[in-house]
Amino acid sequence: MEIKADTTVCIGAGMCALTVPEVFDQSEDEGTVVLLQKVPPAELEDGVRRAVTLCPSGAISVV
Amino acid sequence: MSDVTFPTDRQRPFDPPDEATELRERANMHRMTFADGHRGWLVTGYSAARAVLAHPRFSNRSELAHPPIEGSLLRMRMQKDAKTPPGFFLRMDEPEHARFRRLLTGQFTVRRMKMLEPRVEEIANACLDDMAAAGGPVDLVEKFALPIPSLVICELLGVPYEDRGQFQEDTKLLVNLESKAEDAMAALGRITAFMYGLVQRKRKEPADDLISGLIEGGELNDEELAGVSLLLLVAGHETTANMLGLGTYALLTNPAQLAAMRDDPSVVENGVEELLRYLTIIHLGPMRTALEDVEIEGNLIKAGECVALHLPTVNRDSSRFPDGDRLDVTRPAGGHLTFGHGIHQCLGQQLARIEMRIGYPALLRRFPGLRLAVTPEEVPMRSDMSIYGVHRLPVTW
Repeated sequence: MEIKADTTVCIGAGMCALTVPEVFDQSEDEGTVVLLQKVPPAELEDGVRRAVTLCPSGAISVV
Repeated sequence: MSDVTFPTDRQRPFDPPDEATELRERANMHRMTFADGHRGWLVTGYSAARAVLAHPRFSNRSELAHPPIEGSLLRMRMQKDAKTPPGFFLRMDEPEHARFRRLLTGQFTVRRMKMLEPRVEEIANACLDDMAAAGGPVDLVEKFALPIPSLVICELLGVPYEDRGQFQEDTKLLVNLESKAEDAMAALGRITAFMYGLVQRKRKEPADDLISGLIEGGELNDEELAGVSLLLLVAGHETTANMLGLGTYALLTNPAQLAAMRDDPSVVENGVEELLRYLTIIHLGPMRTALEDVEIEGNLIKAGECVALHLPTVNRDSSRFPDGDRLDVTRPAGGHLTFGHGIHQCLGQQLARIEMRIGYPALLRRFPGLRLAVTPEEVPMRSDMSIYGVHRLPVTW
């Protein structure tokens, strides 16, 4: 699994950082998504999929 | 089939109107007649609600909206004439909306809100001390549910808490569906003037707070700063306060759920999501207006047509939340739409979560014998407000 994040559509709701803090963070200034790991370990993949569903603006996706 | 109207009459304190549930069981979307005669749509199904809220061609501008119920008619007309106040970015579309939201998102991140935890705990404990000193019965709204979020948002923004009397009254007038239009407009005028004065004071004497930080950023003028601060102050008051009040009432009538929230720290995080889902305090709205023809689940919404979402019903949709009418603090409750979805999803949601994750267990542990001091029939419900909850919750222990 590889994660893609689009900060231009991110609205900084923080759902990803709340759901999988090991993988997602938010920038200090704008609160937009920061990817801590592009390729998450297998045990976090379910959480990442949940974060993608919860994201209100469609800013994160997985391929 | 004839058009429906927006269902508001609740038969039981914690459930959406039966009429809304019956509609949801029939279909996700319905043709609805608005109070001014406009023919639009009512959404009662989860998937359709999510699709509308995420769609970029739906607007949240008030001048395009139609009033879903009679009481809101006059006020919406006046709002149309008055246009969206500067800085009131909840009622803006992109790209204007992003200009404001981007300045604020950094202040409401998960990490920043976690840093507030010790202070929120202090505030909650001070409220509980005050309750204990007063002795039961007390009104839980006055002593606990309102002061916690009120103090927190005042400190965060830099609004003097001593000034709360007037703006708490004005906030109530704004969300009361039965307020006369002129009273609501006067209240809006008073709070706007108060915030404008505060912005000017902070310009002269900056402090370590959000408003001062925005002034220092230099991107907004004083009218915009007052509008942004007003939005945050009102949103910070009427939401968590009602969740704490109504949530406690719901737990008091579900002793097994209450015990789990009190005794098992691992339940609290999800329990808060479940209470947000089960209670969905957004009694009226949100609404969106199509900017062009949009198809949602096979229904053609024409440009200019208004869509009202019935969130309390949407969050009980059994296709998304099995056995959704049951309160179960251990069910996976994530994905509820109580904070909305799409670009306007609640900016303060991480703060609200922290206030509730601290508030409920602190209250239940301090007063293990907490109980209603009146009969359930005597608890005044906020059926007359756009944000649902309890007006008062007399409790003792």
